[in-house]
Amino acid sequence: MTAVSQSAKKKIKAGSFSLNRFGTGTQSVFHLVLAAFSLMCIIPFIFVIIIAFSSEESIRQIGYSFAPLSWSTQAFTYTFQLGNALWRSYFNSFLITAVGTLLSVSITVLYAYPLFRRDFRFRNFFNFLSFFTMIFGGGLVPTFVICKSVLGLSDNYAALIVPMLFSPFNVIIMRTFLQTTVPTELIEAATIDGSGEYSTLLRIVLPVVKPGIATIALLVSLAYWNEWFLSLLYLNKNMEIMPLQYLLMRMQRNADFLAKNSSMLGADAAKAAAQLPSQSLKMALVVFIVVPIACAYPFFQRYVVAGLTIGSVKG
Amino acid sequence: MTALQAKDRRRLGLRSFAATKKTFWLTTMMLPGAVWLLLIRYLPMFGIVIAFKNYRAFRPNTFWNNIVKSEWVGLKNFEFLKSPDTGIMIRNTLGYNLLWILLGLVISVAFAVMMSELTTRFLAKTYQTMMFFPYFLSWVVASYFVLAFLDPTSGMIPFMQKAAGQKVTNFYHDTTWWPLILTICNLWKNLGYSSVLYLAAITGIDTTQYEAAAVDGATKWQQIWHVTLPGIRPMIVILLIMNVGKIFNADFGLFYNVPQNSGSLYPVTQVVDTYVYRAYANTHNLGMSSAAGFLQSFIGLICIIGANSLVRKIDPESSLF
Repeated sequence: MTAVSQSAKKKIKAGSFSLNRFGTGTQSVFHLVLAAFSLMCIIPFIFVIIIAFSSEESIRQIGYSFAPLSWSTQAFTYTFQLGNALWRSYFNSFLITAVGTLLSVSITVLYAYPLFRRDFRFRNFFNFLSFFTMIFGGGLVPTFVICKSVLGLSDNYAALIVPMLFSPFNVIIMRTFLQTTVPTELIEAATIDGSGEYSTLLRIVLPVVKPGIATIALLVSLAYWNEWFLSLLYLNKNMEIMPLQYLLMRMQRNADFLAKNSSMLGADAAKAAAQLPSQSLKMALVVFIVVPIACAYPFFQRYVVAGLTIGSVKG
Repeated sequence: MTALQAKDRRRLGLRSFAATKKTFWLTTMMLPGAVWLLLIRYLPMFGIVIAFKNYRAFRPNTFWNNIVKSEWVGLKNFEFLKSPDTGIMIRNTLGYNLLWILLGLVISVAFAVMMSELTTRFLAKTYQTMMFFPYFLSWVVASYFVLAFLDPTSGMIPFMQKAAGQKVTNFYHDTTWWPLILTICNLWKNLGYSSVLYLAAITGIDTTQYEAAAVDGATKWQQIWHVTLPGIRPMIVILLIMNVGKIFNADFGLFYNVPQNSGSLYPVTQVVDTYVYRAYANTHNLGMSSAAGFLQSFIGLICIIGANSLVRKIDPESSLF
């Protein structure tokens, strides 16, 4: 009998082994499908890099191509010479991202922490205050008019930072992180030891939720780095503070942008504009925008996935 | 005795000094966020009255003064609803959303299942990383990616058509291909994200269920049908309903930047978000654009409440409120 059951076990083991995996044929089909889509996801970026390094002559003859007739770094030399317009907006993008992230993370943590405290008296009220804005709003135009004419958010850095400082979605993510990583006993113990509310938050809670803060910081900084809509709304005259995304967006609209800015090259404007590798130059700027994200991506992906998974289920 | 006292105090509505102090400090933490919410989110809700007024400038030309002095016009600002453009805009918004919810669901569940079944973990991780990448790029960048393929002067596809001796399509003036192009763009950007969500749900399924199914003689396909899919059903239902709740919202960047804001493409690219923006940006018609925005917010609110009560019936744990 033991022999029978053992052979049965063996069969089950062998059976479960073969049943718990797809055969090589099916697996290769899966690989093929997934690899094809994965490549599709990054090929446009590679294509743009190739275009940025294509010579203007090649673009004129065979258009944008994965195999240009000749290569050239001309576009990049020109972007470096574009001077002010480019570097200014690069600087603006970094500044807006840095300041925005710092402020936004602070506000989010400060708002999420009392919501996580079950003994906070106004918990429900503030929870609703933030939640209600997720399901109803004044709409684009009233928000824009109030921000512009009442709050003075127009043609200044504040206009590109303030409207995105706070997000109920991030508060939910942060609160969930707090709930899952900070035991209530820890806070009770700190209170008994006579620690004030702020020092409990700073010295005891923050070190524990570092991964949560990293997640929020990454989500927020990506949002700021990719931001162009606020510029579209609030920038009218003061183009000095334009971030890179908006510069890129306007370049396509204003065909004469390069001609105007070529005067910065110091050479005769018309002549310089004619020589400018305008096609590959635009693509070179795209590369400039994407490279910081692409470089940091492998490191931040883990945190962002964690945050978005929480946010999607809870929010 | 102190415990009793505390109880009595609470009953009498009195709070200890320590409790008041705690509430005070915790409330100060909420202040920056609360002030932001009041100014940037709640104040504009009062601006909705613009939708019912003939908003124009008075002296002194301040916002509140203008609002108070402008006369009420009832539903006059909502007359845009009668124009044929509105019908097209609503059709586009709902049509694209429905199609993309359906396609996104089927494809991302399929991808998630495939990724979970791969035996080489390293490759599965690599696919996931590559597929998630577009999610982190802006639509401005994506619009240049599209331009690289479609640009009328040097884009890859027009040049290929030229080389093959075919008629060259002027993509930014020809509406034919845009439903397809926009669909591809949307899937390209969002599939990685939703696949990863479903993959996370699949990883959460108890593996003993598969073993039990295998013992019962279920093939791998049967296991997927009877274990994996039921296991992620709550996730599917919730995401589906949440997306239906947002059916009257469109991704502004996709519809504005990717078609390069080209006027001849409006019949297939105009959606409610671009409509509201263009109504303001092109005609400066505050009343009409506020009215359109208000309708959008209002329908959105109803959709979300409806969707949420549905979720609550199916799985109270995952409901939003």
